[in-house]
Amino acid sequence: MKPSHEPGNMLVVDDNRVNRLLLTHALEQNGHIVSTAEHGKIAMEMLRSKTFDVILLDIDMPEMNGFEVLEALLMDDDLRNLPVIMTSASDELDRVVKCIEMGAEDYLVKPLNPVLLRARVNASLEKKRLRDQQRKLFRTFATPAVAEQLMREGFSLGGKYITASVMFADIRAFTTLSEKQEPTDTIELLNNYFALMFDAITGNNGTVNQMEGDGFMAIFGAPVFQENHREQAVRAALEMIELLQVFNEQRAIQRKGQIEVGIGIATGRVIAGYTGTQHRATYTCVGDTVNVAARIENHTKIAGRPILIDQFTREGLHGPIQVEDLGDVTFKGKEQAIKIFAVNA
Amino acid sequence: MPVIDKATFDELKQMSGAEFINELIDTFLDDAPKLIGELKSALAANKADSFRRAAHSMKSNAATFGASQLAELAKGLELLGKENRLHETGDRLKALEEAVISACEDLKGLKS
Repeated sequence: MKPSHEPGNMLVVDDNRVNRLLLTHALEQNGHIVSTAEHGKIAMEMLRSKTFDVILLDIDMPEMNGFEVLEALLMDDDLRNLPVIMTSASDELDRVVKCIEMGAEDYLVKPLNPVLLRARVNASLEKKRLRDQQRKLFRTFATPAVAEQLMREGFSLGGKYITASVMFADIRAFTTLSEKQEPTDTIELLNNYFALMFDAITGNNGTVNQMEGDGFMAIFGAPVFQENHREQAVRAALEMIELLQVFNEQRAIQRKGQIEVGIGIATGRVIAGYTGTQHRATYTCVGDTVNVAARIENHTKIAGRPILIDQFTREGLHGPIQVEDLGDVTFKGKEQAIKIFAVNA
Repeated sequence: MPVIDKATFDELKQMSGAEFINELIDTFLDDAPKLIGELKSALAANKADSFRRAAHSMKSNAATFGASQLAELAKGLELLGKENRLHETGDRLKALEEAVISACEDLKGLKS
């Protein structure tokens, strides 16, 4: 792989025609595709309608100058990570410093040196590619909002203790159900089911981090901390049940079998960290809380209630959510009994 | 004394190629009188920022072609605009205009 020789989409922003011509010519000679804008305002319009890899930005321009463009880029989630190379006269390096502080990637002094231009542009292109890759990676296991926040603030969860709410969800008697129908129907059912459930999870700031068969695990309060993660987890569970009702109504019309789920939520300390490769990534979460959540989920079969939570989760609920105390339950292999609550759907 | 610095111009020519350098020179020749016009009207209207910007462009273009003396004169005018001292312009704009004319003459001769 030789990324430094791959062409990119360049945007040259300069009010000076000679500079625009020169930059365009030099960049095109390196195989890049070049668009130009006479000032910042035009540039921002172009940036919002087309995808670029690197911007070469002049500072002093009418209508909207380089500083204002940098500010506007910083405010925009889609454009924040776009590398910007400032192009400036040699006597305005103090202003270049300000631009770098504002987020510009690099700078070039005019009149241009073609060797430096090529080196800086290639370095910025490479950074852009890495960022795009990273962003794609984040989005494989987090919501776009979480992915953006991680891009902005970086990963700080390299294996540490955090307090979070862990949810396990499973379809009841799924094996029996799937034996009665065609394999293609089973896969379609799962896909539709997951799509609905994940909407409820991400809509309440949760992150799905494990899937297995018809079950999955989701975490609330991490990777990005949320003060009310306990309530968000329970709200997600209630929304899941609500969505499932609609789903079952549709299936009833199609004369298909009804599905039921069990959801268990536990809150407490977990060891969380990010593990993954370029193609597969997951946000790993381990610890006793995770085990407890799995056990609680399993207990829904015995209790005959769709949503069960532990006491720590219960203590984080405010407002109109109704819960019922089911008393102490001792799980297999655990010495201490824990208090279980059913959430009224 | 030559108006255009040979080393700078040769470097630009090498980077641009024979065909493109002509286009660049034409752009310079085209823009120079416009910039002089902008400087004059900005001075007359006492618009320091417009004055500064036009001088800045002139400086940039002059530096690109190696017209060092012109670049220096333009830089001086840019500073006047920046510091809001247009009243001190005096005959410096006239000197710049003359330098522009010489630079344009030289550049025309350098076209291939």
